[in-house]
Amino acid sequence: MSVDQKMDGGRRQLLLATSAAGGVAAVAVAVPFVGSLTPSERAKAAGAPVEVDISKLQPGQMMTVEWRGKPVWIINRSKEMLDSLKKTDELVSDPKSDKPQQPEYAKNETRSIKPEILVAVGICTHLGCSPSDKFKTGAESGVSADWAGGFLCPCHGSTFDLAGRVYKNKPAPDNLEVPPHKYLADTKILIGDDGKA
Amino acid sequence: MTTKAQAVLDWIDERFPLTSSIKGHLTEYYAPKNFNFWYFFGSLALLVLVIQIVTGIFLVMHYKPDAALNASGIPAAFASVEYIMRDVPGGWIIRYLHSTGASAFFVVVYLHMFRGLLYGSYRKPRELIWIFGTLIFLALMAEAFMGYLLPWGQMSFWGAQVIVNLFSAIPVIGPDLSIVIRGDFVVSDATLNRFFSFHVIAVPLILIGLVVAHIVALHEVGSNNPDGVEIKKKKGPDGHPLDGIPFHPYYTVKDIVGVVGFLIVFSFIVFFAPEGGGYFLEYNNFIPADPLKTPPHIAPVWYFTPFYSLLRAMVWPLFGLDAKFWGVVAMGAGVVILAFLPWLDRSPVKSIRYRGPIYKSMLTLFIIAFAILGFLGTKPPSYAFFGVIPGAPVAQLFSLYYFMFFITMPWWSKMDKCKPEPDRVTG
Repeated sequence: MSVDQKMDGGRRQLLLATSAAGGVAAVAVAVPFVGSLTPSERAKAAGAPVEVDISKLQPGQMMTVEWRGKPVWIINRSKEMLDSLKKTDELVSDPKSDKPQQPEYAKNETRSIKPEILVAVGICTHLGCSPSDKFKTGAESGVSADWAGGFLCPCHGSTFDLAGRVYKNKPAPDNLEVPPHKYLADTKILIGDDGKA
Repeated sequence: MTTKAQAVLDWIDERFPLTSSIKGHLTEYYAPKNFNFWYFFGSLALLVLVIQIVTGIFLVMHYKPDAALNASGIPAAFASVEYIMRDVPGGWIIRYLHSTGASAFFVVVYLHMFRGLLYGSYRKPRELIWIFGTLIFLALMAEAFMGYLLPWGQMSFWGAQVIVNLFSAIPVIGPDLSIVIRGDFVVSDATLNRFFSFHVIAVPLILIGLVVAHIVALHEVGSNNPDGVEIKKKKGPDGHPLDGIPFHPYYTVKDIVGVVGFLIVFSFIVFFAPEGGGYFLEYNNFIPADPLKTPPHIAPVWYFTPFYSLLRAMVWPLFGLDAKFWGVVAMGAGVVILAFLPWLDRSPVKSIRYRGPIYKSMLTLFIIAFAILGFLGTKPPSYAFFGVIPGAPVAQLFSLYYFMFFITMPWWSKMDKCKPEPDRVTG
């Protein structure tokens, strides 16, 4: 169309209105498609709380259970292990657990309800690998000569102490998550439900 | 040609541009006469694409994208790959052609990109060819990554876990975005099925579209050559470039030599070393996916490792954002920055043949940096060269160089003492 040709204003408006209506329809059609990418009702419903018997867990031992498709660690920390937390206080980036990576009742020195029993989601807060336990101390651990015991993420080298607190200057930004949990009995834990939420 | 055949051809040509397309893209597409070894890899990339599509079609006939455990407690997807390997007649070779083809694709594409760096093939007027190429590289990375989840082994699972979590590092929208990618709160059956869909339908369609755009753009401006001079500037009385020869038969025949050479090496790997020493098929991927246990050492497949090293190099928080976000930015920027190359290079000449010592040393160092980043990416973060030189700071140093190569290019490429370009191609 040459420039000097006169534009038909009425038709141009109709054209714009039709295009706009078409655009709205296109967006509306996209809604169910994008929606189908989000977790299904079944996926949302999964994740019932898990009951765990820890009566056989000796001091210094650790067990792993599955909750919502993720590994949850339960560690029975020995006296030496608990003492190591004082040493690592100044080495970790969030020693007082100020970031909300745990329920209120686990925001303490040991990040746990009972001092010796740590319950934590075994997923690195960096990119989601599951760290390996490195409970041996010193050079024997293969981590470093002054290693106080804890966890090493095999993917990007983040390290955590025995309360799941992340060491400074590591790729992981936050401490390991402590899931909501409660004691049903002295040696029985319910993970995923603390009766508060 | 007999008159009957000619009549059929005429009938078609009146309805479809058959003869003119063959002329425009093959028999009368004039390519510079001085193509060398480095010019094999474009056609080889096309060959590998065809291998991947054909083998892929046959694999889909037997593969099951299903994470549910079967009666023996093995995920159905993992079991179906083993079924292809053991029970489907010819299944093993089709699968090995496909898995080796993935690595071959990246070998060929990396060499193809290196050719571009050598001879300045990305320079004006070929910027769009280069940008389409960068997009092909990105699509290829997505294709390879999603394909790697399908065998549902340990590396499949944890590799996907890490890469999808990369997106959660994006401020504000990140966590929800990674849930939308997975279709679940963890990598699960939903993730496996959508990656299967993307791997066999969506990304291949995009890839083919981009390849067509890449070639159409190339045939519009004409190929560069090892001298980096425009052959279209000197045309003969017939209107064809003096230094050009028709793509067919000259380069079709030459490319067949490349295909034969490639297939010899490729077949050797498929038959004698399909695992590529653990680099093409990682040993941990022969263990079914276990969401509760990360293998003690996880690393991406070799072709991702240079970019993986860029990711790992960022360990400091900046501007109030986590180190993990900056790692993701570094990794993404490492790929995206390639697209800017046509505008970063300010040299008066295109080809390395006429460039000065600065470009030659910078490029050599860049290739060394890329190789070392790639090597370190296959190693755990605690790796030390000869047990004494720690790998992590070396990776950080070379990551810095990787970006400096591009960012400072406008200055040093201009400063360089170049030789004068010849009028016409040499030899």
